[in-house]
This record gives sequence, structure tokens and C-alpha cells, in this order.
Amino acid sequence: MSHQSVSISSLKTGEQAIVLSFGCGRMVQNRLASLGFTPGAEVNVTQNYRFGPLIVTVRGARVALGRGEAAQIFVQRRSA
Amino acid sequence: MSECHEIAVVPVAQISAGLPLIALAGQPNMGKSTLFNLLTGLNQHVGNWTGKTVERREGIFRYNGREFCLVDLPGTYSLTANSPEEVIAREFIVRERPQVVIAVVSAAHLERSLYLVAELLSLSAPVVIALNMMDVAMQEGIRVEPEVLAAALGVPVVPMMASKAIGVRDLLRVVEGVLEGKVVSQPRVPEIRADHRQILQQIETLTAEYVPAPYPPDWVALKLFEGDPEVAKMMENVLPAQNRAALATILREHDDAFLVVASGRYEWIGRMVRAAVTQPKIGQIGLTERLDRWAAHPVWGLFILAAMLGLVFWVTFTLAAPVQDWMDAQLIVPFAEWVGSLLQNAPLWVQGMVVDGAIGGVGSVLTFLPILVVFFAAFALLEDVGYMARAAYVMDNLMHLMGLHGKSFLPLFLGFGCNVPAIMGTRVIDSWPARLLTILIAPLVPCTARMVVVAFMAPVFFGAHALWVSWGLVLMTLVTLVLGGMLLNQVLFKGQRSAFIMEMPLYHIPNARTIGLLVWQRSIAFVKKAGTAILAMSLLVWVLSYLPEGDLNTSFLARFGQFIEPVGRWMGFDWRLTVALITSFPAKENAVATLGVLFGNAPEAGLAEALAASFSTASALSFLVVTMFFIPCMATVAVIRQETSSWRWAGLSVLLYLVLSMAAGVVTYHLAVWFGWG
Repeated sequence: MSHQSVSISSLKTGEQAIVLSFGCGRMVQNRLASLGFTPGAEVNVTQNYRFGPLIVTVRGARVALGRGEAAQIFVQRRSA
Repeated sequence: MSECHEIAVVPVAQISAGLPLIALAGQPNMGKSTLFNLLTGLNQHVGNWTGKTVERREGIFRYNGREFCLVDLPGTYSLTANSPEEVIAREFIVRERPQVVIAVVSAAHLERSLYLVAELLSLSAPVVIALNMMDVAMQEGIRVEPEVLAAALGVPVVPMMASKAIGVRDLLRVVEGVLEGKVVSQPRVPEIRADHRQILQQIETLTAEYVPAPYPPDWVALKLFEGDPEVAKMMENVLPAQNRAALATILREHDDAFLVVASGRYEWIGRMVRAAVTQPKIGQIGLTERLDRWAAHPVWGLFILAAMLGLVFWVTFTLAAPVQDWMDAQLIVPFAEWVGSLLQNAPLWVQGMVVDGAIGGVGSVLTFLPILVVFFAAFALLEDVGYMARAAYVMDNLMHLMGLHGKSFLPLFLGFGCNVPAIMGTRVIDSWPARLLTILIAPLVPCTARMVVVAFMAPVFFGAHALWVSWGLVLMTLVTLVLGGMLLNQVLFKGQRSAFIMEMPLYHIPNARTIGLLVWQRSIAFVKKAGTAILAMSLLVWVLSYLPEGDLNTSFLARFGQFIEPVGRWMGFDWRLTVALITSFPAKENAVATLGVLFGNAPEAGLAEALAASFSTASALSFLVVTMFFIPCMATVAVIRQETSSWRWAGLSVLLYLVLSMAAGVVTYHLAVWFGWG
């Protein structure tokens, strides 16, 4: 498994990853952080159909993210 | 402190002065409203937080012969100033100093929901945790041990199932214990990492002595470290120049500190819940995940949504339409006759004003109540079950075309019932441009009142094709809604788009009380409107149609209609259709009533024949198109003004729809004539 940083929108349904960094503005980062997207947090892609919004499970809760927002969250894949 | 009074919170209402003050805090979808409704029932007051369009709910409840005042704080994920809701919640806790803050957390989302608790504890709020949704957690395979959690956090934890009214007594007993000093908590306040603690200490040294009361200095330092804009603004005004510069340097060096603080809180939460929570076994699939494979699927989800909407409309009209007819025939008409007989000896104009003006106008609006009640109930049910987030999710792609996102879909859908709650419902949208855009396009959703006009006129002119014409009109407004949204987004907001970040709550059994209260409050608001604004406007229209000679055909209203008839003629209207259109401003369905009066109070069958004889198909089609697009009704305009706090947007909306409807009318009429329907 590679250890490079990829955006969360490029992960497939069912893949797990660790949050590394954000490319979005401060306000959006702040909202994401309070929902549990902090560096080091484990995320699980619950649904990603390659278009439209995706569902990501973080800290036990499901969060819908627009594709644009998801593209700005950088993660590292975790090998199962 | 001049910056602060705009976010100041007014004291609780007079009636509850002197009672112990309890605040209810929690993230969205934690069952906070359910608990609030359970405790206060109808003994609650719904208003707005001063100067904000954020709903403020407070109420009184009784326990052990004592009364308590309960304030429902807005649902927020954190207490950092990302939104007005967050500022309101924390200002209330700091300034009003509630004696107990009940933090509602969900056992099914324990980690995430304790984030707000971490913030509350940093504020030194006296917290009691209501560990709600134990049943939902069980359904998803999660087990939480309340005693272990309480021991770890050092604050009381009460397990609950608010939707089944289980655990409420225990909660109140603990709350009372805290008030009487019998239950003492020793909360473990989250700390931040050692290397950052030093920086935090520096910030506190620079600011502590200048922090205005009643803000806790250590909390202010933490919020400055997190880069909170409101706190930074407050301190900028009180700090001496030297400290301000030193503070700015520190904050510049650590401008990503909010991530450090947030991570720190989650690390702390991780330690707190480690012993208390048993996660589901790997591979165990919860109910929500199974349902979402269909409900949130990009293709099947849309089919399911379409089916849901169809079902809501079907239920609404099959259940409510007969009640509406019954109300009209058994209540409104006999009531009007009864009042008429009481006024037998009164002057004719008094009889006319009361019976035709007041009762006729308000009565016809009130007969919509059954339709709205059923519609609101269906909507509230879908929302309470957790389905509405899925509807927003699958609609996100389509809403993107307009620069909006999924959350805008919900208020627009509510607009099919009535545009007024739709515009109030835009409060769920987190960014102001997106919210404003949704408010501007919401009147394009055809409400039940407009559908009544269509339902009456279409069969008269199109006979067997009436259904297709009606569908065509609805489709036309929805296509216009999408195109108009795209256009307005480009013109007003330069095509910018707000972030779509939305929690997908777990599905759960709906709570009848929550739904009932929601329907009750929305209906009451509607009835109040009928009793005030619509009553006034109905009377005004009646007076204008009566004076000066007591004959509509020579009245001021008719003269005005004749005066602007040349404009109406572009759209194929004579003065009567023009007047009917104008009187649809107080309430859309008035159009039919006005035509009834203008054609000599003919019974409805007679009116249909008279209309068919008087107007061409082209004129009728044009009239229907204009009705669909015409200026939003008076109540809608008033609520646009209220929600945008500006006459400018309300005025723009009126102008926009006036131009749109007339343009559409002119095009429709001339096309129809060209097709030979003139």
C-alpha cells in the first residue's frame, strides 16, 4: 500500500484512511474539525459512486460531503 | 463592548423570571427537541433570538411541585463562532449563567456528540449529560455503560430514550440534585498538549486582566488560540496596543492551532469513552447502512424520493381534500349564513363587509388548514425518521446546477404545501448567499393555493386534457425554478457555491409528540396569519370592490382594473381577469372568488359556463401561466422581509415575479393565438 497523500474523494467505497491535511478554507476546516475530521482521525468511505456527494464515516458518525469538499480533504490509505 | 451588544442575548421572558434556569444544549439530531417537547409540552414559547432569525424556544416544566424554566439552545456541533447558532448558545451560557446545562448526547454517536460537552466543560458550565438514543445505539450494535462514562467524565450521566419517554424522571432527579447541591460533579476538563499549553499560558498572561466580565479568562485565551473571530474582535477593543501586537504575533505563528485544539478534544474524548463503549463486531451491518444502500443510492435514491413525494401528495389530497370540502360546506357556509342572519337589520355594507369580506376571505384561506396539517405531518414524519437528510443527499447533484446544495431541497419541497414555511425552513441552510438564493426562488414552487386555481380553471377550458395542462404548468414552474436559480446565482453571487457538509442521522422510530407539536406550531402560525394579515387585506379588497356605489362593476377596484386593462390586454386579459389577478395577492385562491363576484355571484357551475363563454383558450392559458408566476402572496412577501431583515429583498422579489409573470403571460398568449387558440 502506498503512503502518499490522496484526496478522500479518490477512495473507493469501503476503503479506510487516516486524515492528513486540508486544502479548504479556514471556516470549512473548522466545521469539518468539529464533526471529527482532525489530522490523525480514522475515516471510512461508506459510499462513493465517483460522482455527486459521498458519505464518509468518521468517529462513528456518517457525514455527507460534497465532492468539492471531499476533494480538499487529504488522507493516507490504510491497508486492511 | 460595543461589538458585543449585537450578539447579546435578552433575559428570559418575564413569566419565568425567578425560576431556576435550565439550558438544554446538544448537537443536531441528538433528540434535543424531543426532550424539550417532552418536558414542556404545550407550555412553551417559540420566538426568535433578538436580532437573529434563529428560533428560540423556552418553556416551563414542573417536577416535585417546583417549576423550572427550560431554554432550548440552538443545536450546534461546537461552540466556536462558525455560525450565529454557536454564538447564541455560548453567549447564553456565559451571560445568563443557567444553573444546570443539560447536554443531550447520543449513545449511538458518543464520540462526536461529546465534542460539544468538551467545549461546555471548558466554559465551566454545570453539565448534566442526558445519554439519549440508547435504543438506536442498540439497534446499530453499540453498547454504552453510563456509570463508566460518568466516572470517567466526572459529571452525572443519565441514560435515556427520549422518544419513548424513558429516563426523564431520572434526569430530573439528577438536575434537582445538582440544584440543591446534593449531586456534586468534579468534571475532568480537557487539556491541550504540553507543548501548546505553554503558548496558551502566554496568551492568557497577555489578556487575562483585560477580559470583560463575565467571560472566563482561561476560556477567552483558549478561543483566541483557536482563532475564534468573535472573541478576537472583542479583545481587540479592550487590549492595550502593546499586548495586541504581542498577541497578534503569537497567533500568526500558530494559525492552525484550531486543528491542534480540536484534535486535543477528540483525544480526550477517546480516553473518556474507551472503557464505556463496546463497538459493534466487524462485519455487523446496522439498519441504517442497509437502508442507505437504497435510499442514498444515486439512482434508486431518486426513484425512492419520487415515490415518497408522490405518496405525500397522494395522502395529502385523499385524506385532506374531503375534509376541506366538508369544512367549506358544513362550517364556513353555515357560519356565514348564521352571521348574516344576525346582521339582518344592519346596513347592507356591514353585512357585505363581514360576510363576504371577512368570513369569505379568511374562511377560504382557513379551508386550506386540513391540507396543510396533513402535508406538514407527512413532512415532519419523514424528517423525524431521518429520511430528509437522504432526500437532501440524493438531490445534491441537481441543486448544484443552481449553485445550491442538497440542504436547499428540503425547504423547497415544503413549498408545495405553502411557500411561507418554505421560506422559514431555509434556516437549515448554513451559508447566507445560498439561503438568500433559496428564498428568492422558493415562490416558484407551486403551492396548494395556486393549484386550487389551476384545478378550477383547467377543466373549464381544457376538459379532458385538464390533467395534462396542470402537469405541464407544474413542470413549467419547476424548470423555471432551476433556470432561474442558475441565472440568479450567476448574477447575484458570481456563481459561487457553498460547502455541502451534512450529518446523515441514523434512522429511528419517529416520535408522535415531536411531530404533533411541529404540526401544531406551524398550523397555529398559519391560523394567526389568516386572522391578521389576510383578514386586513380581505377587508381592504372588499372595501375597494364596494365603494363608492356598492357595485363591484363600478367600484374603485374595477376602475383600477379598467385603468390598467391595456397592460392586461398584452396577456389577453380583460379588466375582470386583471382584477382577479390583483386580488390574488392577499391569497392566491382569491382569484376564483373574485371572478365569482365579477360574474354576478353565480354558483360555481354557472361561473364555469360564464368563464368558458367569455374568454378564449389563449386568454385562459395565459391567465393560468401568470397565476403560477405572479407576485408571491402577501404572507410570503411578509415572511421574505422577516427572514432577510430587509425590504430590499422583499421588494426585489415582488419586482422579479411581476416582470417574470407578465413576460410569461405575453409570450404564452401570443404563442397560443399563433397556434389558433385565440
